[in-house]
Amino acid sequence: MTKTKHLVEYGMLAAVAMVLSYLETLIPAFFAVPGMKLGLTNLVVLTALYRMGARPAIAINFVRIILTSMLFGTAVSLWYSLAGGLLSGAVMIALKQTGKFQPLTVSIAGGVAHNVGQIAVAMLLMQTTAIAWYLLALWVSGIAAGAVIGLLGSWLIDRLPKTEGGMA
Amino acid sequence: MKLKKQDTFFICGLLAGSLLFGSALALGRTDGETVVVRVSGEMVAEFSQNRDTVYRIEGVNGEINVLTIQDGEVWLEDANCPDQLCVHQGHIRHAGESIICLPHEVVIAIEGNTEVRSTLDIVAS
Repeated sequence: MTKTKHLVEYGMLAAVAMVLSYLETLIPAFFAVPGMKLGLTNLVVLTALYRMGARPAIAINFVRIILTSMLFGTAVSLWYSLAGGLLSGAVMIALKQTGKFQPLTVSIAGGVAHNVGQIAVAMLLMQTTAIAWYLLALWVSGIAAGAVIGLLGSWLIDRLPKTEGGMA
Repeated sequence: MKLKKQDTFFICGLLAGSLLFGSALALGRTDGETVVVRVSGEMVAEFSQNRDTVYRIEGVNGEINVLTIQDGEVWLEDANCPDQLCVHQGHIRHAGESIICLPHEVVIAIEGNTEVRSTLDIVAS
């Protein structure tokens, strides 16, 4: 893989992740609990993590978060996204690195970590501990969303043609 | 894809964690006494939960949320935020429950007796 090919690949995946982020905002699926969502973007991060490695996965996720927040978000939503995205990325990489877990489990842990990160930032920003109930709801929804993404991701990881150094 | 033993353990652990957490929250739940309104972490108003009230909360940048307290139930009747998530959060009545409007940085929390509140404040600060 040349540098250019890498660049193209990162750019394409970041673009796919951004489109998925945007698509997700169009689905007002869960009114009951703010912040509850499927995390379609994590499909890209999970796949990148398994096919390309930890560093590309972090890089793509980071670029996606910054760009989506600039385009569709606010200064506040950037912090929520960063906390969720980086914590879930770190947890997924750590679990994958142990070599003991399937992508499904890694994805579920990532989903939960994402929501825990967002709640932690909310507690810090708003100086309140009164949101423990949301943590419970988001913990459970994180498991469910992580499972869906994990199943899709496992399927994708298995079926993408294996090429040297990347997935394109 | 085949799940290994450690995968099952891990996922069951996460599920068990949510159950434990949920039951701890449910057991510790009591009727509240005071409705506290905070904007950006600063307390701006405080109401008795037993007195019916309608109050216009001024959030950040002068944005508006309308708080209603009726028969011990607390909810946001209206808000001018784009997502309306706070309005959709519905009614709350127990100590420790809250309604949050992220864009306006408004937090409505029901608190129990003063003892509980002082402990919460220590944790929060």
